[in-house]
Amino acid sequence: MVTLKINNKEVSVPKGATILDAARKLDIHIPVLCHHEDLCVAGNCRVCVVEQKGSMALVASCARPAEEGMDIMTNTMRVRSARRHIVELLLAEHRSDCTKCHRNMNCELQKVANDYSIGEHIFLDLVEDHDYFVDRSSPSFIKDDSKCIRCQRCVRTCEQLQYVSAIAVAHKGAEQKISSFHDRPMSHVVCTNCGQCVNRCPTAALVEKTYIDQVWDAIYDPNTHVVVQTAPAVRVALGEALGLDAGARVTGKMVAALKQMGIDSVLDTDFTADLTIMEEGTELLVRLKKALVDGDKEISLPMFTSCSPGWIKFIEHRYPKYLPNLSTCKSPQQMFGALAKTFYADKRKLDPAKVVSVSIMPCTAKKFEADRPEMRSSGYKDVDFVLTTRELGMMIKQAGINFDTLEEARYDSIMGDSTGAAVIFGATGGVMEAALRTAYEIVTGREVPFENLNIKPVRGLEGVKEASVKIEGCVDDWKFLEGAELKVAIAHGLTNADKVMKAVRDGKAEYHFVEIMACPGGCIGGGGQPIPTNQEIRQLRVDAIYEEDEQMVLRKSHENPEVIAIYKEFLGEPNGHKAHELLHTHYVEREAY
Amino acid sequence: MYQLGNLVQELSDKYGRDRASLMPILQCIVKKHNYLTDEAMVEVAKELDLSAAEVYGTASFYSFLDTEERGRFVIRVCRTISCSMKGKEDIMQTLEDLLKIEVGDTTADKQFTLLETNCIGWCHKAPAMLINDMPYTELTEDKVIEIIKEYMQK
Ligand code: SF4
Ligand code: SF4
Ligand code: SF4
Ligand code: FES
Ligand code: FES
Repeated sequence: MVTLKINNKEVSVPKGATILDAARKLDIHIPVLCHHEDLCVAGNCRVCVVEQKGSMALVASCARPAEEGMDIMTNTMRVRSARRHIVELLLAEHRSDCTKCHRNMNCELQKVANDYSIGEHIFLDLVEDHDYFVDRSSPSFIKDDSKCIRCQRCVRTCEQLQYVSAIAVAHKGAEQKISSFHDRPMSHVVCTNCGQCVNRCPTAALVEKTYIDQVWDAIYDPNTHVVVQTAPAVRVALGEALGLDAGARVTGKMVAALKQMGIDSVLDTDFTADLTIMEEGTELLVRLKKALVDGDKEISLPMFTSCSPGWIKFIEHRYPKYLPNLSTCKSPQQMFGALAKTFYADKRKLDPAKVVSVSIMPCTAKKFEADRPEMRSSGYKDVDFVLTTRELGMMIKQAGINFDTLEEARYDSIMGDSTGAAVIFGATGGVMEAALRTAYEIVTGREVPFENLNIKPVRGLEGVKEASVKIEGCVDDWKFLEGAELKVAIAHGLTNADKVMKAVRDGKAEYHFVEIMACPGGCIGGGGQPIPTNQEIRQLRVDAIYEEDEQMVLRKSHENPEVIAIYKEFLGEPNGHKAHELLHTHYVEREAY
Repeated sequence: MYQLGNLVQELSDKYGRDRASLMPILQCIVKKHNYLTDEAMVEVAKELDLSAAEVYGTASFYSFLDTEERGRFVIRVCRTISCSMKGKEDIMQTLEDLLKIEVGDTTADKQFTLLETNCIGWCHKAPAMLINDMPYTELTEDKVIEIIKEYMQK
C-alpha cells in the first residue's frame, strides 16, 4: 500500500494504483476523456491533470501511479485553467452542434465543457478547415470524424477487447484520424459491428445508427401492427438509461412503458431463446450421435453457438474453415422475427405485410444481423427495426413516461412466455447453462446434477471458462453417451474467442460444445447497452440476470408451455422440416483483411 | 500479386514477424515498389498477424511510406522555413511547368510524382529537394531544369 494526500486528505491505495484511483476512493471527481476502466492507459487527452507539490509540470492522474508521500491538489487555479484550455483546444476542432447530436445530454465532452463553463471560442474555430468524413455505411453505427477527439478509446477497445483492430490511428498532427484500412467504408472491412467502441466513445463520433423515427412512424400508422420483442439483457440494464441504479431489474416496467408507447403487442425474445435451446440442444445431440455412434467423419465438432452476430461475423472473416462448426440455429432475435410474420400473424389473423417487427436489443450487431439477406424466411424482412437499450431509453423519455413510478405489466401472449433458462442467455455462460439443463434431462431423464439447477462452473466473468459434465444413467435412446464426459468451453469478448479458436485450431483443446459471445460479459455488456459499461456494472447486471432466473417458476426451456405448444401446432419436431425452414440459417465466408 | 507475396515472406523471414519488424519491412517494399499498394499492406498484415488497418495506420504516419500511387521518381521539395525563404516557390513553379502537373500529382506516364516535404537537413544549402533518396541542393531554376532533363532520359 502507498499513502498519499489528495486535497489535504490522506488515502492509501495498493501499489500500482493511479492518482485517479486514489482520488476516486476519496470520492473526488477528476474529469477523464481518454481513460476507460476496461482499457490500458493512454494518457493522451490530459484533461485529468492535477498539481503535484514539488513538481513543475502538471501530471496526468490517470497515468501516474500513486507514490508514497505525494501531495496532490485537484482543483487549483492552474489545474482548472489547464483543463479549460485542453477542452477549448478540443472544441476548436469539434463540430459542437449539441442540439442536433445523438449524444446530447449524455456526452462526456459536453459534460466537461459544461463543468469548465466553456463559452466563446478563445482559439480559432478550425472545424470548417477540415474535410471531416461521416461514414454511414454500416447498418449498425455511424462514424462521424467531426465529433472525434482522438482519445483512441475505440482503437484500444477494438484491439484489446475484440482483437479485431478494424480501426487504427492513421496520419499525424492535424491530419491524425481514426481510420479503417485505407479509409474503406466500415461496412467493407473486418468490423464485426459489435459496438464496443460505440459504447466507449466519449462523444458522438461513434453512435448507433438509430431507427427511432421509423419505429414512431410505425406506431402512429393505424394500418400496421407493431410487435416488439425484448432481449434478456435489456431488462437488467434499461433502468440505467432512465436514472436507476445499475443492476435494477425492470422487466415489468419496461413492458408497461412499451405498452404506453402504443406498441400493439409486447412479446419476449426469451420465448425464442427457449426455442433456440430446443433446436440447438437437439442439434448438438444429433451431432454427437453421428460422430460417436455412426462414426461420421463429416460431422464438425466442437459445435459453436450462433446467437451472437458479432461473433458470427468475426468467424466468417477470420476462421471461415470453422463455419461448419457453427450451429445452424438462427439467433433468438431472428427466430422470433421469422415466427412473427408466419405463426404469430396467422394466429392473430393479421396480414404479415402489415406486421412491423421491432426488437429491443443490447446489441448493435443485431442491426446488421436483421439486414442479412438470409434473414427473410417469412417472405418479408423478418425483423424490420432493431433498437438498442439506449434507444428504447430515449423513446421512453420522448414519450414523457415517468419510468420510476410505472406499474409493472406482463408480456402479451403467443410468444410471450419464457423460462429462467432463457433469461440467463443475457450473461456469459447462460446459453451453455440453459442448454445443459435441457440436454442433460433429455439424455438421462433427470435434472442436471447441480444444486437448484445452478451450474456454477459456467458462470462468472473469467475470460475463458471450461467445464465438463459426466453423463450417467442415460435413457435407452441415448445409451451410447453413457459415461461420456461432455467437455464445454465459454468465451466472451472476441479476444477470448480468438484464444479459444487458436486452441481448437492447434489441436490444444478438445471440446464438444463452445459458447461464444462477442461482447465482454455477454449480452449484458453489449455494445447497445447504457453508457458507461465497465466491469463493476457488468457484474451488477450479471447478478440481476441470475436473480431474475431464480424467481422464475419455470427454469428449463423444454418446460415452456408455449414452446411445447408451438411444436405441436406448427413446427413439428425440433430440427424438423419446418423448423429448418424458419429457424436455421447458413453462413458466408468473408475476406480476412 | 504472387511475387509480392514472395517478397513479403522473404522480408519477414529476414526481419522477423513481430511488430517491431513492421517498419523495416514496409521500408523495403517502398524501396522496391515506390509505394505501398493495398495488396502489399494486406500481405504484410497476414504475415505479421496484424490487421490491415494497423499496417495502414503505421504507414500513413510516415511521409516516406506512401500509401498512394507514386511515380518512378518521387520529387520532394522542402517547404520548411530556410528553403521557403530561399525561393522554394520558384523551384516548385519550375517543376510544375516542366512536368505539367501540380504538387501532389503524378505524371500520366507514371515517371514523376511531385510532393512537398518538411526539412530534410540541407538548410545551409537551401533550397533543397529530394528525388527518391538523392538530395539536390542550392537549387536554381536552371539547375532544376537540367536535373529533370537528366531524369527524363533514364
Ligand atoms: S458529441 Fe457531445 S459535445 Fe459534441 S455535439 Fe454531440 S453532445 Fe455536443
Ligand atoms: S471515435 Fe470516439 S472513442 Fe474513438 S478516438 Fe474518436 S472520440 Fe475517441
Ligand atoms: S464495432 Fe466492434 S469490431 Fe467494429 S470497430 Fe467497433 S469495436 Fe471494432
Ligand atoms: S484521461 Fe488522463 S490523459 Fe486522458
Ligand atoms: S528547411 Fe529545407 S532542408 Fe531544412
